[in-house]
Amino acid sequence: MKLKLSDFLKCMSASISVLMVTSLLAVTPAQAAGGGGPEIKRQVWSFNGFFGKYNKAQLQRGFGVYKEVCAACHGLKLLSYRNLVQVGGPEFSKEQALAIAKEATIIDGVDEDGEPKEREGKLSDRFASPFKNDTQARASNNGALPPDFSVIAKARTYHRHVPWYTEPYYWAYDMATGYEEKGVDYLYALLTGYKTPPRGMKLGDGMNYNEVFPGHQIAMAAPLSEDAVEYADGTPTSLNQHAKDVSAFLAWASEPHLNARKDLGKRVLIYLTILALLLFLAKRSLWARVKH
Amino acid sequence: MSSDNDDVARRDFLMVAAGSVAGVGGACALWPLIDQMNPDASAKALASIEVDLSPIKDGQAITIMWRGKPIFIRKRTADDIKAAQEIPVSDLPDPEADTDRVQNDEWLVLIGICTHLGCIPRGQAAGDVHGDFGGWFCPCHGSHYDTSGRIRKGPAPKNLAVPPYKFLTDTKIKIG
Amino acid sequence: MSDHSSTYEPTNGFTRWLDERLPIMRLMHGQFIDFPTPRNLNYLWTFGAILTFCLAIQLITGIVLAMHFIPHGDFAFASVEHIMRDVNWGDLIRYTHFVGASMFFLAAYIHMFRGLYFGSYKSPREIIWILGVLIILCMIITAFMGYSLVWGQMSFWAVTVITNLFTAIPIVGESITQWIWGGYSVGDPTLNRLFSLHYLFPFIIVALVALHIWALHVVGSNNPTGVEPKTENDSVSFYPYYVIKDSFATMVFALLFAWFVFYAPNYLGHSDNFIEANPLQTPPHIVPEWYFLPFYAILRAIPDKLLGVVTMMAAICVLFIIPWLDTSKIRSTRYRPLLKPFFWLFVITCLVLGYCGAKSPDYRFVEMADTQKYTSKAAAVSAKEEILSKNKHADLEIIESINSKEITYDLKNTKFKLTNQVLSLLLTFYYFAFFFAIMPIVGLIETPHKLPGSIAESVLGKSSADKAQ
Repeated sequence: MKLKLSDFLKCMSASISVLMVTSLLAVTPAQAAGGGGPEIKRQVWSFNGFFGKYNKAQLQRGFGVYKEVCAACHGLKLLSYRNLVQVGGPEFSKEQALAIAKEATIIDGVDEDGEPKEREGKLSDRFASPFKNDTQARASNNGALPPDFSVIAKARTYHRHVPWYTEPYYWAYDMATGYEEKGVDYLYALLTGYKTPPRGMKLGDGMNYNEVFPGHQIAMAAPLSEDAVEYADGTPTSLNQHAKDVSAFLAWASEPHLNARKDLGKRVLIYLTILALLLFLAKRSLWARVKH
Repeated sequence: MSSDNDDVARRDFLMVAAGSVAGVGGACALWPLIDQMNPDASAKALASIEVDLSPIKDGQAITIMWRGKPIFIRKRTADDIKAAQEIPVSDLPDPEADTDRVQNDEWLVLIGICTHLGCIPRGQAAGDVHGDFGGWFCPCHGSHYDTSGRIRKGPAPKNLAVPPYKFLTDTKIKIG
Repeated sequence: MSDHSSTYEPTNGFTRWLDERLPIMRLMHGQFIDFPTPRNLNYLWTFGAILTFCLAIQLITGIVLAMHFIPHGDFAFASVEHIMRDVNWGDLIRYTHFVGASMFFLAAYIHMFRGLYFGSYKSPREIIWILGVLIILCMIITAFMGYSLVWGQMSFWAVTVITNLFTAIPIVGESITQWIWGGYSVGDPTLNRLFSLHYLFPFIIVALVALHIWALHVVGSNNPTGVEPKTENDSVSFYPYYVIKDSFATMVFALLFAWFVFYAPNYLGHSDNFIEANPLQTPPHIVPEWYFLPFYAILRAIPDKLLGVVTMMAAICVLFIIPWLDTSKIRSTRYRPLLKPFFWLFVITCLVLGYCGAKSPDYRFVEMADTQKYTSKAAAVSAKEEILSKNKHADLEIIESINSKEITYDLKNTKFKLTNQVLSLLLTFYYFAFFFAIMPIVGLIETPHKLPGSIAESVLGKSSADKAQ
């Protein structure tokens, strides 16, 4: 017994034609006010999609950029130094990670006088924050608070500049292809989006022009430049490469188990497909005796 | 026969009485279970706060938390006061005279929550944007508030609310 | 339960002993093995089983997550991230729970539309339907509370916005809101009680589901023809026929579920919820999860706060009374030519309402405007005043747009626009009109198609159905 699909399709085609007509009526593309700025481009990421996986070398380079440039202001408070060794991440050696941890000063417990005691970092420690608290962070940054980077790659997004009636198509496409890199694409666009401000634009005190930042005025000065960080593996040290690597590193920081998850996912999907197939065959042979 | 009827009547009465007493007892026992959800003693202790105004200089503003909401306290300059009082009340989207919003012309005390969708307007720090009317500007949807915290431009329907407060001394207020 | 007698025969000493004391095996056998079920159910009828599967998944993953979650404003966000990063299998368990909520609602909405299309709410199944509405109501409350526990920006402000709706109640609104908050704004006490209730509600749902199935087994399943089973030839036993069919459908659904868990776990969420709750900063756009969007659109369509809340509540509560709003004697819309287009329009209305809920209220779906570009603000303002002097009612707007080279000021003279607000209002109108006008009137004036004499006849054709008897 089938649902009368034809009726449904008739209704759908009618509504689609209504949408087409209304879209033709729209002389100017309906766009949210206050938009502007270029469309954010999707980058090719090694960890995108069904077969996606982090690139270990890229994460190591990205961590270098984070440590040399970002870490001065931005914390990674949800991560521990041990995570740097973890499978599916930058996979530094234990010694390398320990050396990184040791550079940090950690406040742990109190000495005999009851004063806070400092020691060097261990692998089990959380990443040391660059500031003692938010107030200090603001005070040292012209009133702006540098956000923590632990989940920044999932905490940012952008809106695609497409007419509203095509949006559902893009949603379906993104779901079907497993596109979860909106945040990373935004980070890359932000890091490479510092331009000279347009003629006549008055920037606030200490503000910088960035073409993708909402409102175009950002407190952070352009953090990256060509050759800002040395790469041990000989990868060209262009600004774009730095931006790409550090964005990838931040993607890992916010989703550290992605490799394992996508790996297991394939097995689960195969298992479910086989089970569904077996059940389908069982169902078919069983119901063959009963007309329905 | 009549004694039988009396018995039945007495029994009915006792049943109803027992039922009512049980019901009242149940309702009384229920009340603590409902009331426990109301703001507790530690929350009530913070229901009113005292603020020392003496360190605030002319034109400066501070933000303090009261009942989990930001309170803006601004020491207005003579220009601020003049601007707030000069504008004809009838021209305002939410007509309210400046004198009805302050107890002392110098001190403006407001709940710093935009009346549009509850965002926190900017304009507290010296370097902040103050909007077109020298007060506050809400970055979410662009509402401009004047030096009396009144809405002048943008989508917000109402002026910034004034919390209940009173002056304990010339430089000390109690909010709440 | 239903009056058919169980063919259960205890097979050994223990089951005989148990059967005399607690005939639970007999009950289960009668309800889930022998139970006569219409032979013509299509795949839309598998969603009952799929929903049971979803509920079980949410319960199991939820109980496990509660072992690691900390319901305190300072720790909630970090404890969720702790689950995601450090707890063994934590990321998968949480993603399953998070995606599971979406899947649960997806299945529930399909189940509801199926009931609506095939008239499963009609006599004698009113109680089944009403219990179902109670279940979806509890699901909405549970999902809302669960979403708040993450204590991200969207969680916090969703709680703020929704609890603030209670302030719309005259006189006691403020006190009720503070009672819900346990303070003077959303804070730790609020989070803690939301957690407590989020753990409680699923068990209420389980109880309601038990009643839902009980009521279903008293009168039996509806079927695509809406004709009640008359002879044995119309039904098959639940086991093995529907056990296998439901299992197959559930596994296909599980494939979709798994796709989201493993390959797009955050797609159905919102990026702002990865920013820890901050009572001092509101996200620029507050949007609920996708499954609340149609209701959110209805809430915003009405400009008045109290009326908006009442309308939104009514949008759910109207479902309680549709068994009495539908005047037709025919169950299945398949035989109702007049209702059918209205039904599909209703489905589209719900989908578009959802779309409206995702857009800001002043979003313009259709716009016809003349736009003039100016390079200075002063020029744009003077041009605006000039047009205003000619036409006082002109809808003018100056839009500053910044590109890498220059700032331009577009003076937009809008001639016609269809805003989200207006569209939502139109759709809300149809939403209610469908129940209060179309359902009662169509039932009275419609000439339905001829119903098949029996389920067997609809399946086998008239002659062979007679032969089989």
